[in-house]
Amino acid sequence: MTTPSTDRPLAAPQVDAATEHFWASAKQGLLVTRVCTACGKPHWYPRALCPFCLGETEWRALSGRGTIYSVSVTRRAGPIPYAIAYVALEEGITMLTNIVDCDLDSLRIGQPVEAVFKPADGGAMVPMFRPA
Amino acid sequence: MSIHRKACIAGAYEHPTRKAPDKTVAQLHAECARGALEDAGLTLKDVDGYFCAGDAPGLGANNMADYLGLTRLRHVDSTDTGGSAYLIHVSHAAQAIAAGKCDVALITLAGRPRSEGSSGVAPRLVTPNTPDVPWEMPYAPVTVNMYALAAARHMHEFGTTAEQLAWIKVAAAAHAQHNPNAMLREPVTVEEVLASPMISDPLHKLDCCVVSDGGGALVVVRPEIARTLKRPIVNVLGAGETIKGQLGGQVDLTWSGAAVSGPIAFEEARVKPSDIQYASIYDSFTITVLMQLEDLGFCKKGEGGRFVADGNLISGTGRLPFNTDGGGLCNNHPANRGGITKVIEAVRQLRGEAHPRVQVPGCTLALAQGTGGLLGSRHGSATLIMERQ
Repeated sequence: MTTPSTDRPLAAPQVDAATEHFWASAKQGLLVTRVCTACGKPHWYPRALCPFCLGETEWRALSGRGTIYSVSVTRRAGPIPYAIAYVALEEGITMLTNIVDCDLDSLRIGQPVEAVFKPADGGAMVPMFRPA
Repeated sequence: MSIHRKACIAGAYEHPTRKAPDKTVAQLHAECARGALEDAGLTLKDVDGYFCAGDAPGLGANNMADYLGLTRLRHVDSTDTGGSAYLIHVSHAAQAIAAGKCDVALITLAGRPRSEGSSGVAPRLVTPNTPDVPWEMPYAPVTVNMYALAAARHMHEFGTTAEQLAWIKVAAAAHAQHNPNAMLREPVTVEEVLASPMISDPLHKLDCCVVSDGGGALVVVRPEIARTLKRPIVNVLGAGETIKGQLGGQVDLTWSGAAVSGPIAFEEARVKPSDIQYASIYDSFTITVLMQLEDLGFCKKGEGGRFVADGNLISGTGRLPFNTDGGGLCNNHPANRGGITKVIEAVRQLRGEAHPRVQVPGCTLALAQGTGGLLGSRHGSATLIMERQ
């Protein structure tokens, strides 16, 4: 069985104080998250205060490399099948995402993936992942 | 303060409708309230505590309390943890009664997702400023795939199979055939579950609960009041509640909030999983049941697939009769929130009022478990243990 991934229309992401830098970085092809200046831990999704210690946080670039922690090809929630996944990044955080640019039926937990950026309405770029 | 035997479930009512295009949500709440109060042998003017969650139209409990005519309230609680909220309401009602804050607590749930065209593949409703939304909505999480991710990981870690998950639906359907109000009354086989359309790998259509209109209500009272009523006495023995999320990005889909709420409830109830004679287990999807059974300690982590297989959840043949009304998988999932029907069927079992074909003989100890929200991202969990006095 083969289910080629198809790019689907992406709405313009919500831009506010929490997300503005993230989307600006994504436009430059960079995946970023926030890291605590007190305990040093990165977390996902990015927050102004660290979810481990409520310390202050700052932006930090991520490698964009990781492995699939879990994946599900959603076949009947709209016109286009898509793969929703959790990707465990090298930096030790796991994020919800889509896996694209592949045969969706070939995706496996543990598979190495890398970040790719897909255009959304309004010119934003949305980070997703493809098999590395 | 413990709630052990400090309050009793005196009234329980499940609305018989599964499709109510000509009724309002508020009307369904009122019909459920009337049903539960009549079941208890109490009236509106006895109610001094009211509990509802996000299915109740209006601002918290304000609008429904006024609509229902609750004029003697001295305790209100609109805790909302999705479908698990109503189990928490029973616990909080017991706490309030134990603390002297109310004597007769009414809990209502109602909704019309079927008439309103809602389904498990629509994007989740989110309120403005929900902080996780901008990081997740671009990836099209819908209800079913946020459970499918947990199922896929469980299969990967523990070798759980689609056939094993299907057994959960088979057991629910075996029970639903005896429930004249159940939305789906046809027995199904493992093969039929596996042959149903794949919605989001590895969950098939028949791994998913029904979308139904309806509702339910419960009345929780002080033991002294329960003793004056004509119904069998159902004591609240213990309860636990928690919320599990993504753990700051340390995502672990192998356990649910039941791993936290379960042990708290068992400790307060002073019983252990092997003592439980009947269990209502939230069944939004088959995987929800399997993970909660493990997390509650009915079997070891990772062995849920083997535990549910071969009819082990079917009343009369299996070791742990579950969801003898047919559950959310076959009977009813009103307002897309199945928590209250879990408590109602446990009360039926403890009173000996379940259908004779599924009644657990001499049922004196029952558990109800709820999960609300999304198993794969963030959810509330509530465990409730009850006894027949």
